[in-house]
Amino acid sequence: MAADQDTVETVAALAGEKYAHGFVTDIEQEFSERGLNTDVIRFISAKKDEPQWLLDWRLAAYERWLALDEPDWARVHYPKIDYQDLYYYAAPKQKDGPQSLDDVDPELLATYAKLGIPLKEQAFLAGVQGSPRYAVDAVFDSVSVVTTFKAELAKAGVIFCPLSEAVRDYPELVRQYLGSVVPVSDNYFACLNSAVFSEGSFVYVPPGVRCPMELSTYFRINALNTGQFERTLIIADKGSYVSYLEGCTAPMRDENQLHAAVVELVALDDAEIKYSTVQNWYPGDAEGKGGIYNFVTKRADCRGVRSKVSWTQVETGSAITWKYPSCILRGEGSSGEFYSIAITNGRQQADTGTKMIHLGANTRSRIIAKGISAGHSSSTYRGLVSVHPKATGARNFTQCDSLLIGKTCAAHTVPYVEARNAHAQLEHEATTTRLSEEQLFYVMSRGLSQEEAVQLLVNGFVREVLQELPMEFAVEAQKLVAVSLEGSVG
Amino acid sequence: MLHIDNLHVSVADKPIIKGLTLDLPAGEVHAIMGPNGAGKSTLSYTLAGRAGYEVTGGAATLDGEDLLAMDPAARAARGVFLSFQYPLEIPGVPALTFVRTALNAQRKARGEAEIGAPEFLKRARATAAALKMDFEMLRRGLNVGFSGGEKKRMEIFQMALLEPRLLILDETDSGLDIDALRIVSEGVNALRSEGRSMLVITHYQRLLDYIRPDRVHVLAAGRIVASGGPELALELEREGYDKYASAA
Repeated sequence: MAADQDTVETVAALAGEKYAHGFVTDIEQEFSERGLNTDVIRFISAKKDEPQWLLDWRLAAYERWLALDEPDWARVHYPKIDYQDLYYYAAPKQKDGPQSLDDVDPELLATYAKLGIPLKEQAFLAGVQGSPRYAVDAVFDSVSVVTTFKAELAKAGVIFCPLSEAVRDYPELVRQYLGSVVPVSDNYFACLNSAVFSEGSFVYVPPGVRCPMELSTYFRINALNTGQFERTLIIADKGSYVSYLEGCTAPMRDENQLHAAVVELVALDDAEIKYSTVQNWYPGDAEGKGGIYNFVTKRADCRGVRSKVSWTQVETGSAITWKYPSCILRGEGSSGEFYSIAITNGRQQADTGTKMIHLGANTRSRIIAKGISAGHSSSTYRGLVSVHPKATGARNFTQCDSLLIGKTCAAHTVPYVEARNAHAQLEHEATTTRLSEEQLFYVMSRGLSQEEAVQLLVNGFVREVLQELPMEFAVEAQKLVAVSLEGSVG
Repeated sequence: MLHIDNLHVSVADKPIIKGLTLDLPAGEVHAIMGPNGAGKSTLSYTLAGRAGYEVTGGAATLDGEDLLAMDPAARAARGVFLSFQYPLEIPGVPALTFVRTALNAQRKARGEAEIGAPEFLKRARATAAALKMDFEMLRRGLNVGFSGGEKKRMEIFQMALLEPRLLILDETDSGLDIDALRIVSEGVNALRSEGRSMLVITHYQRLLDYIRPDRVHVLAAGRIVASGGPELALELEREGYDKYASAA
């Protein structure tokens, strides 16, 4: 039997079972009342001890949200979401906010240990045995459990803390930048997030500072029927640099769970932000039951001259992905990059890509998107490159490659290009290839098993993007790519 | 080393090899010649274990072991190497990574220790120099953008590093100019040894001027219809395959 004669059963049997992070943490949690109304929003705001302006901001967002319609233009299909059937806040019960690791519930520590997330700073001192050293903000459902290396980062002037803490300790910064990149009513899901967001990370890097270590946030959804609405805000002041990574996992559940996040990045003059995502939400089982709805708005404002933002994403999880990390290239000579690997298997659906909005002169953008589809999944690249009248000398290079494994999956590429300046240079390349039986045989005839051969070919396909990840995470991401596609060839 | 006994192979239910018998002793080089469509490539793919090449009868053993029962990786680990007529391109996987991965996979399957990067690089450099290959080429995606001749040279490069015991060369001369043919042939000849056997599959006699066979077999319509010494190749060159087409 030819190797690419799709063995549906094998794919089906493996699609859901390979998910390694599907366990549930048994812990007492506190919830808001079920459903969404102004009382729930007041409850969330009160839980976070928020100032009046932020509560007003949330309530205004809620009003706007009621008037909006859920978008239906993406190439994804799912039953209508009942927004009154969800919980909008869930938090592990604990004494008033843990401030040190000793205060954290051992059950939570065990959870992060199981996920391989380092929460103990002392274990990572000064490159012991070359161990990775990066700061972590651990978000569990709606709250941050702990943030590591805060003191050391503070010495460099870097602020890294949960957003709710930033609202309390650095209100001017938050007020100045929150919603300045993704306006409250930008889109349906961002608007919902603005009303009910509960936790996320806040980063501020002062002028001229190169952040001394990688920052990361690890998002974990645990509670049943609960949405996670985190909000991340990163500001890189003039001439600063920061590299930030987010990871995400969730238990295996038969119910779908909603994750609607907003990420805002602001880069001032000569600042650079590198933002990487390794998204491994539970993808649902082989029949498409369960899994996360990942409806996320991520946008960077390259506000300053020569500022630079680079998005790198490895998307392997979620039942449905709706996500377009974008760059507004406002500052003269600013640049944006988007490197993406999107893998779908089983019944997963992904509609993902980027928007590069060239407003300033001599702005540059680069898009490298690699989509891999297997099983009965569907993967769509959707991108917009827009050059505005003042963006003289703007340049874009886009490359979209799709790799199909088997015959029951689909890949689509939907590139939009708008050029309103005659002195712009735009390039677009796209390829779609099927993992060929002949290629597989060639590799296998050199001594590799079929599984190893698929891994080798896929790793070659995504290599350009993997190279963009911080070294500590590239190896993990490579393994994740392999696991996501296990059993995808008969 | 290799025994093929009354082998029958079908592709998409169409019989291609129809009762092929061949004996290739250790240390010998045998040429298989034949007209287009005789089943030459089918034979090489079948020996390497490609899916879709269905053995409907007969046997093939390597040192007494049932070759046909093994998957392609197991055959490779036991020393089978097929030099492809049309080598495939593997984007994003540098040739050096590819060969080292393959070598270590084979060594692991044989229960041998892996070869470390420094030792491998040393061997790779020496081999590339012998084949007059640009070492920088080995850091690029395997075969991507290579000329036909470069691809064939890359096959010999892989072969030299993997050190197989049964070498199957499928139309290795096709697409080579005279200089490349000479370099490739020298590479192959350097691998000739007592414990190593070669099956040289070719349409033209030209290659056999460089790689001198011990025996020549004529494959027509799925069977060996004639066997002889090197002189048989010269006769075929003069007279063509016509008389065997009718014999089959």
